[in-house]
Amino acid sequence: MRRIKLSVNGVTYEHEVEPRLLLVHYLREGLNLTGTMVGCNTSNCGACTVLLNGQSVKSCTLFAVQADGHEITTVQGLQSNGEWHPMQTAFHENHGLQCGYCTPGMILASVSYLKENPNPNEEEIREALEGNYCRCTGYENIVKAVQQAAGQTS
Amino acid sequence: MIPVAFDYEVAESVDHAIELLGQYGDESKLLAGGHSLIPIMRLRLAAPAVLIDLGKLENLRYVRDGGDHLKIGAMTRHRDLAFNEMVAQHCGIVGYTAGLLGDPSVQHRGTIGGTLSHGDASGDMPSVITALEGSIVVQGPNGERVVKAADFFQDYLVTDLGEQEVVTEVRVPKLNGNTGWSYKKFSRRSQDWAMVGVAAVVERSNGSIGSARIALTAMGATPLRATSVEQALSGAPRDAVAEAAQSADEGTSPASDSAASAEFRRHLARVWTKRAVEEALSR
Ligand SMILES: Cc1cc2nc3c(=O)[nH]c(=O)nc-3n(C[C@H](O)[C@H](O)[C@H](O)COP(=O)(O)OP(=O)(O)OC[C@H]3O[C@@H](n4cnc5c(N)ncnc54)[C@H](O)[C@@H]3O)c2cc1C
Ligand code: FES
Ligand code: FES
Repeated sequence: MRRIKLSVNGVTYEHEVEPRLLLVHYLREGLNLTGTMVGCNTSNCGACTVLLNGQSVKSCTLFAVQADGHEITTVQGLQSNGEWHPMQTAFHENHGLQCGYCTPGMILASVSYLKENPNPNEEEIREALEGNYCRCTGYENIVKAVQQAAGQTS
Repeated sequence: MIPVAFDYEVAESVDHAIELLGQYGDESKLLAGGHSLIPIMRLRLAAPAVLIDLGKLENLRYVRDGGDHLKIGAMTRHRDLAFNEMVAQHCGIVGYTAGLLGDPSVQHRGTIGGTLSHGDASGDMPSVITALEGSIVVQGPNGERVVKAADFFQDYLVTDLGEQEVVTEVRVPKLNGNTGWSYKKFSRRSQDWAMVGVAAVVERSNGSIGSARIALTAMGATPLRATSVEQALSGAPRDAVAEAAQSADEGTSPASDSAASAEFRRHLARVWTKRAVEEALSR
């Protein structure tokens, strides 16, 4: 067992964990933050995407011990003072989801990408989301949502 | 889907990592970005007893001007390289390829030291560094050595790294204004690994081709130079490219697998070598 201390959605946690515990399982089962999904567990689908120090990562491809001393944001920590993050609003308004399983990962990957490129074109948005699979929407409304959020935050 | 249990150590410095490797021997593995290692541990294709995490070594995360070359720290993340201005200016092929492999989340974690040390012949960066004739700085208990890319990749997933050695830096030449580059990766779906990849670094000279260095991804157990194409292009006119590229698969030994047959890979190597050299000549 190994002691870790990290911040998740602004709250500091300290826990003893097994080194082999994946971050996604720590979040879901340890902290009950079930907004972060497990889709493939093979590092491909992006359903488990969270922010590590503000950058998108796949939490099924990180051990919880590697997050020691770092800051994690999950979809449940995106809102501030009861207000949705503009990306959440944009997904809502553009109907950028159907079943919603991919949505937390989509939103976090998009939030991360707009920090790197605040004014992407459509092709760039599609490229940036290549590691996030959606089996429902056909991506059209997801791309529209990111375009709307880019307009608002730039 | 859950890795076999292991012990976890955090390296506080390169020397500490070397010491830990000495202590735990071949039961242990270094952990950099984890984006090759963790997937294979989850599948239980690897089950190291001890992981030695290099994640705290921020001092190995840099791009520096080395005069005629760039020095890239082993823990530099792919995404750092994709957005690095010095890399874009002097050795664009490295930044381009780092921004191409996997997806942004993979690039946020994966490191250049990790992808070279892993030595996967389907990896994109090994052939790019091979075409650049770059070198890899390795530190071990007896000090530091500099290994040419051509000597570093030895077999499928086998490199020249000794048991107690750590990659600390990668060196790539600064390309001058007469030198163009291209990396062409062919795969069926975005985010897939290369079915075949072609890295080309081409020097122009008085309207014709001065010299060309071409390395192929996934055409054998290691990155392979397309030597006969290189020879045919040396000093050749620009319109020699199509014919020269016909020998791109000479001396290669591609695998047949679920992604492509060996024969298809040979075809792809010829087609994409032509396109890569042509693109390199135009940029
Ligand atoms: C979904 C997905 C898609 C991907 N797509 C591509 C792709 O298209 N093209 C591509 O090239 N790659 C791809 N990758 C792999 C990615 O580039 C990895 O980041 C890279 O191969 C390994 O780097 P790492 O830092 O993650 O290494 P790790 O996984 O941490 O380590 C890999 C190996 O190298 C050793 N090692 C690591 N660092 C050092 C060091 N400094 N010195 C000595 N040994 C070391 C480790 O012990 C281990 O054996 C993909 C990965 C994923 C998960
Ligand atoms: S569950 Fe992590 S990428 Fe699919
Ligand atoms: S909305 Fe169902 S997977 Fe995307």
